Amino acid sequence: MERYYQPEIECASREQILAWQNERLVKQVQNVWDNVPYYRAKMEAKGLTPADIKGVEDLHKLPFVTKDDLREAYPYGLVARPLKDCVRIQSTSGTTGKRVVAFYTQHDIDLWEDCCARAIMAAGGTNEDVCQVSYGYGLFTGGPGLNGGSHKVGCLTIPTSSGNTERQIMFIRDLSATILCCTPSYAAYIGETMKEMGLTPDQIPLKAGIFGAEAWSEEMRQDIQNTLGIKAYDIYGLTELSGPGVSFECSEQTGMHINEDHFIAEIIDPDTGEVLPEGSQGELVFTSITKEAFPLLRYRTRDICVLSRKPCSCGRTHVKMCKPRGRSDDMLIIKGVNVFPSQIEAVLLEQGYAANYQIIVDRVNNTDTLEVQVEMTPEMFSDQLSAVADKEKQLVAALKAMLGIYAKVRLVAPKSIQRSEGKAVRVIDKRKI
Amino acid sequence: MTIQQISVFLENRAGQLAEITSVLAKNNIDLRAIHIAETTDYGVLRIIADRAQDAANVLLNNGFILSMTPVVAAAVPDRPGGLAQLLAVLAQADMDIEYMYSMFGRGDGLAYMVFRVKDAEQLEAILRSHGVNPAAGADLGLN
Repeated sequence: MERYYQPEIECASREQILAWQNERLVKQVQNVWDNVPYYRAKMEAKGLTPADIKGVEDLHKLPFVTKDDLREAYPYGLVARPLKDCVRIQSTSGTTGKRVVAFYTQHDIDLWEDCCARAIMAAGGTNEDVCQVSYGYGLFTGGPGLNGGSHKVGCLTIPTSSGNTERQIMFIRDLSATILCCTPSYAAYIGETMKEMGLTPDQIPLKAGIFGAEAWSEEMRQDIQNTLGIKAYDIYGLTELSGPGVSFECSEQTGMHINEDHFIAEIIDPDTGEVLPEGSQGELVFTSITKEAFPLLRYRTRDICVLSRKPCSCGRTHVKMCKPRGRSDDMLIIKGVNVFPSQIEAVLLEQGYAANYQIIVDRVNNTDTLEVQVEMTPEMFSDQLSAVADKEKQLVAALKAMLGIYAKVRLVAPKSIQRSEGKAVRVIDKRKI
Repeated sequence: MTIQQISVFLENRAGQLAEITSVLAKNNIDLRAIHIAETTDYGVLRIIADRAQDAANVLLNNGFILSMTPVVAAAVPDRPGGLAQLLAVLAQADMDIEYMYSMFGRGDGLAYMVFRVKDAEQLEAILRSHGVNPAAGADLGLN
């Protein structure tokens, strides 16, 4: 039996959804015009006033917002409410240049948690469930978002956060956790560890998993489902828009329903910015129409995607998006963590290495691996192996501190990293997703 | 008197060592001693060459990363306990050894231990005070 958190919204008629979108978009445009000078200037540059936006059909007239805008407006430039009305920030990983800080009013957090609650109930969750949230807590949106959603559904929530796999498994077994929320690669790792412990799927109490924050394949879904004996559901989101729960999978597992009462989705040609007809592949663009503190109009996600309005057997009427098919910028998502090559470069230079490096990303046994190859320099070299190894360890620790994940360092001979003419090939992503 | 050791960064990949030895051979440089310390991914190649400065220049010109380190060589009596006796002297003087390796002398039939310590001069003084003369370049066939 399909469960809904807010059936009157999730299964509303298309006319109703459009009516909400029209009304909320008009209000949101007026809101940013009145409260965010940055937006107002962008609209004025295009000769627009709020009167030009009468509904969703006028959305295409509005200028895009990009990561560059977020960078330029950092930290308060896009905030539409006085800070006294804001109660929290969440943030992506990143150096100052790349870091995104999103602001929330209590109302924003409420709506975000509603979205996560919808995802948990779509995965079969009820107040009888024990929901273990093994996403990281803190600035990362994964932990706080699913934690809030789990509360709203009324699940007994186990806030383990990420890491310490033995303890994760202990809680799953001792407290009979039925729902697991984490990145797919961590779910796969937990599954592998349980398998090594000799546990068969029928000995594992879990019945569903809600896995997101990184790209994963259907093959990986099958693997995880078989190892843990669960149904694995995808969830999508961006800190810029709120966090996880912008869209989520239902029992059909054929795409993620976008919460259209909060977000209007468009697919555009990433090169021309032109809106593409339904069913086309292109860059996913979102407008957040209910956000109070940090509204974004036509935010370019860089995710390449296809939308589908084919009726869904689950009864939900909101548009579905496919799993993102890659990103059009340089950000890597490794083990659910956003990693920019520029962050790695900054650490290398700070530690005295040359800026000649290469990042090798791979997926071994369903777990992402990150290797940084860096060329040896005369300054970093010593006739004593222990001195070289100590510096290498320092570098590993500095990378861990910057990125939040472990990166293997491989010291290579000078000039051994291939030079390219023009844009350097910094990243080799061997993952097949 | 100290002798110059050349240490070269060695990436753990097939052909690295062959590349180094062949550029030295092409430049007519004779290797008197060779020693490698390694981890799984890289190593440090330590060599004593007959013409240290020339060898270093050749390697630098070929893009290798290296450093020059003064080391001390001492003859080891060729009998049971010979090395033990020598090391006992250093232990007694509280001399820390960073690393050491062995090499042959030039035509004198003697074996030598090469020592890398923090303070090479101090080591030489200790050896001398115990009647051991640190090897000179000529003993080892160095120019």
